[in-house]
Amino acid sequence: MEITLGLATRDAYGQALTELGRKNKQIVVLDGDLASSTRTGMFAKEFPERFFNAGIAETNLVGLAGGLAQGGKIPFISSFACFMVCKGYDQLRMAVAVPHLNVKVVTSHGGISIGEDGASQQSIEDVGLMVTLPGFIVAVPSDEHCTRALVTQAAEIEGPVYIRTGRPKAPILYTADEKFQFGKGKLISKGTDVTIVANGLLVAEALVAADELEKEGISASVIDMHTIKPLDEELLIAQAKATGAVVTAEEHQVWGGLGAAVAQCLSKNYPVPMQFVAIQDTYAESAKPEELMKKYGLTSQKIIEAVKKVL
Amino acid sequence: MTTTLPVSTEQLQQIAKQIRKEIILMLTASGSGHPGGSLSMVEMITALFFSAMKHDPKNPKWEDRDRFILSKGHGCPAVYAAMAMTGYFPKELLLTLRKLGSPLQGHPDTRFMPALEACTGSLGQGLSIACGIALAARMDNKDTWTYCLTSDGESEEGQVWEAAGFAGFHKMDHLIALLDYNKFQLDGPVKNILDPEPFKAKWEAFRWHAQEIDGHDVGQVVEAIEKAKSVKGQPHVIICNTIKGKGVSFMENNNYFHGVAPTAEEAKAALAEIDGDPSLSEALIVAGKIKKGGK
Repeated sequence: MEITLGLATRDAYGQALTELGRKNKQIVVLDGDLASSTRTGMFAKEFPERFFNAGIAETNLVGLAGGLAQGGKIPFISSFACFMVCKGYDQLRMAVAVPHLNVKVVTSHGGISIGEDGASQQSIEDVGLMVTLPGFIVAVPSDEHCTRALVTQAAEIEGPVYIRTGRPKAPILYTADEKFQFGKGKLISKGTDVTIVANGLLVAEALVAADELEKEGISASVIDMHTIKPLDEELLIAQAKATGAVVTAEEHQVWGGLGAAVAQCLSKNYPVPMQFVAIQDTYAESAKPEELMKKYGLTSQKIIEAVKKVL
Repeated sequence: MTTTLPVSTEQLQQIAKQIRKEIILMLTASGSGHPGGSLSMVEMITALFFSAMKHDPKNPKWEDRDRFILSKGHGCPAVYAAMAMTGYFPKELLLTLRKLGSPLQGHPDTRFMPALEACTGSLGQGLSIACGIALAARMDNKDTWTYCLTSDGESEEGQVWEAAGFAGFHKMDHLIALLDYNKFQLDGPVKNILDPEPFKAKWEAFRWHAQEIDGHDVGQVVEAIEKAKSVKGQPHVIICNTIKGKGVSFMENNNYFHGVAPTAEEAKAALAEIDGDPSLSEALIVAGKIKKGGK
């Protein structure tokens, strides 16, 4: 399978956000002194009067967003995933989730593929933390087109949304005219023996794995499950029924992420053998992104191994 | 209701008395809650709801209303009492405080009472939310005021100072914080746990216009708010020196009543005292029927 790298999903966010800013004057953007990294800087340059750098102060940043939403604005707030979610968690809970306010939390630097900065900057828990907040939509888009579409949609719907973007360039999986909807997974490869459910960078790995498996006579479905909550249960159950085995793959701690959500759904509706490609209850370290993905088992090779276990 | 209601200081004092009575009745009916910190903020709530704030209880979401955020969420009985007395909801509802299905949650919750501006109770968060609301109003060129009621114990939270820094730097002069300095927190005297002094100087260092007043002199509270409004280019804090449990002798500075509701007997004594006859409570204290606490 040919892999073409596109933009990093954070770059697609910056572009989509700026585009949204042109259309909707109620959009206000807050960043925690990482605007050049999260790419909200693109919005700040064009709309300085609607951009606030809250400084390195995430708790206040999230509280401000709650107040802005209560005051009728549509705040998009950004920082690294680990800082926004871990430092701002009680504020995300009380100032956003409980009152169910219209705040859009879009983080960058999700996962370990940020590379050399090491464990303190690598967010492996954000999805698990965010899915436990009632009422939040939680998504991990896979490529630039998916990111643009979901960010745009986030501005159009009422209520809290969490979107995790990443630092490195992401493989292009779709064309610009592809349609996406929160809560609707994408069946991007249809097989008969096993279903690989992935999100973020692992979707491309899943496609590579499916290609390799095909050569060995194993036919795999691949679902891009960009939205973890609400989960596309219909698609998932249908594919579990069609293939009888499921492997999940995500750049996240194995506890609380996509795999956990998929297992919860299937155990209730249609239990099948499962395997989980994810970070196995550990923190990572400094190294090149590809070295880390390999060491912590987030590769097409690991997906192939998992498929063979589950069949 | 508008800000121009001609309410005299004497009338405000009577209203404060009534709020205190409602607090005692509500907490006794619920059997739980926070008397001390509710009673200490009564004059601030009175000044806001009956004098300073522009609001319309019949149209709580009126676009041009002033906003009020109770950051010290456990003091909500005082707010509920003022809301009932200004006509947001029937007074009978007060006795449903903390009961299943009641809009009067144990801590403010907008899901059950949309007239409130924020869900609070996790201390430290209200000032940031108030700041965000004030920022939205400023971006919309509205000449409205955002009030936040915070406290001494709450100021131990780091987030308060993140918000203070933001508001000071951004010159948010339509933001007014009233700080209930009642000198106690759950575990004891604030000065023994994390003394906030020099309190006023700290706020000034964060570029706030700061005043310090007697928080039980409702006239002073009204005047301080007026003065705050006249100072441009800075957010405002009014440090209100208060007494925890104010108005009920056996609750004053008695930290037992931080988070314990009065018994029926204690309530009877408290109500008599608020009306001006403390003899009943004295008799009950002598009889050992009222909880006494150390200072």
